[in-house]
Amino acid sequence: MSSAPSRAPRERPRRARRARRGRSWADRLVLYVLAAISFVVLAGPLLWMLSSSLKGPGEVLASPPTLFPHEVRWQNYRDVFGQVPFARYMLNSLLVAGVVTVLALLFHSMAAYSLARLRFPGRDRIFLAILMTLMVPFTVITVPLFIIVDWLGWVDSYLGLIVPMIPHAFGIFLLRQFYLSIPLELEEAAIMDGASLVGVYWHIVLPLSRPVLAALAVFFFLANWNNFLWPLIVTQDEARWVVQLGIQRFTGEHATAYNLIMAASTCAALPTLILFFVLQKRLVEGVKLTGLKG
Amino acid sequence: MAASVPTAASRRPQPWWRTQRAQQWLVGYAFLVPDVLGLAVFIALPILGAVFISFHEWTGIGERHWNGLSNYATLVHDAAFLESLKITAIYTFTFVPLLYVIALALALLVNQGLKLTGFLRSAFFAPYMVSLVVASVIWSFMLEDPAGVINSVIGWLGIPPQPWLGSTRLALTSVILVTLWQSVGYSMIIFLAGLQDIPAVYYEAARIDGAGAFRRFRYITLPLLNRTSVFVLLISFIGAFQLFDPIFVMTKGGPADATTTAVYYIYRQAFQFLQLGYASALSVALFAIILVFSLLQLRVFRDRADE
Repeated sequence: MSSAPSRAPRERPRRARRARRGRSWADRLVLYVLAAISFVVLAGPLLWMLSSSLKGPGEVLASPPTLFPHEVRWQNYRDVFGQVPFARYMLNSLLVAGVVTVLALLFHSMAAYSLARLRFPGRDRIFLAILMTLMVPFTVITVPLFIIVDWLGWVDSYLGLIVPMIPHAFGIFLLRQFYLSIPLELEEAAIMDGASLVGVYWHIVLPLSRPVLAALAVFFFLANWNNFLWPLIVTQDEARWVVQLGIQRFTGEHATAYNLIMAASTCAALPTLILFFVLQKRLVEGVKLTGLKG
Repeated sequence: MAASVPTAASRRPQPWWRTQRAQQWLVGYAFLVPDVLGLAVFIALPILGAVFISFHEWTGIGERHWNGLSNYATLVHDAAFLESLKITAIYTFTFVPLLYVIALALALLVNQGLKLTGFLRSAFFAPYMVSLVVASVIWSFMLEDPAGVINSVIGWLGIPPQPWLGSTRLALTSVILVTLWQSVGYSMIIFLAGLQDIPAVYYEAARIDGAGAFRRFRYITLPLLNRTSVFVLLISFIGAFQLFDPIFVMTKGGPADATTTAVYYIYRQAFQFLQLGYASALSVALFAIILVFSLLQLRVFRDRADE
């Protein structure tokens, strides 16, 4: 208890001391004003998008701007889905991001288990080689990657959208670190009971890593849902467009219909925003995981 | 290790591939196959491919022509490419310090135990959930000249409407604004995690010694955040150097190439002008630049950490 005090008891004396000094209210006022400004600047544009997506064509660029729509116009959303196959784009994104996430987690955890636990010649050299791929920024390899994918005949296909996005050294690295940190006893006991290594991985290691996998899953899904450059290069056929491409083209075609553009943007942003508010804890864990252990 | 423990199974005679040792080998390699294959084909091969193609003239269709180092000879004299590097550098060296300062300030702000802290933290992080494409679309709308909301807001302060995306003077600034808005929350969370790892005892001790808020920040917070800072700076630097999405969506590199970043220039060479050989040479050059800067950065921080 005493060696690891929780946060709450730590804070109380600090606040009490500040109160005694008597400048606490002024300090706090400044902090709250700063917080309010930051809120307007950071959350404001998202709320503005939402509000504008419900305005009529005459009101959306009105001067002076109106904070809330005079008349809530849900028709904008119907128009977005009616004028372009927006539902199709969203399903494509869902499919691509979902499949990449599931396969990436499976493959990364397999590789990480192998690298963290099993003994075979060349293991450490393979791990080093995997880490070296981290130095390659994605934009640098897009041209030859496109050529390879074209050569495989995967341009304008789901395979082309999905498969090249799966390999990711960082995921392997993080999971390996995690597996090194969990105790060996359970796995050893299972092996003594005659379990195979694949069985140990599937029945012990995977369930144990559920929290870390969940955190990574949110992260991978987000990154792939929001990905733009690769889908832009690898798809021309509208039937394969993901939502980020769809929204970009939609903007090009409806240059001034900002109420529709904002409705489309809201649709593109909503899944990840919902994901965020539902799985906030996991996501923050994911950020810390990718950030601090890196 | 598990392998050396005599198990019930190992006492019975068994085929060689059932032995613990063989199993470790077999499963070990088999589990690596999907990812190692993927990394080899989709990362290692492309980077080697980029080098190979960069020695050719090639439009993607038809014959490749070996032309040795001439792509590289061209790129060092390509004024447009050098200009795009300059623009990328201006962007990066403005964006990264601003991101660092703002993200750290926000992290300190939500670490003060204010009421509504959880709500504020979520609100500050929310823009990161939105893709750079959507962020660019929202801001294009808000920066619209003359009727956008930003021009209305500065109008109340007595400033005339500005052509945010339409002038060479302001376009890059607008891009910096948008990318800061979208990504500052991510770094804030990382800083916040770093801040919460600093033991409160240090602050208590400093306070007893009479250190003011600034000195506590300077001599406790900053040094103990060193590792976190390295990470934030490195990640944002590498990201900033590859800036593409907002350029594509908001400015198409314009006006008058004022926002043509290196990656956007490479994209155009490759996929508009189909100069795949030249674009590959440009990619290799950009890779070298990013690598050198990242190593330098790591070095600087390691030296500082050693002091």
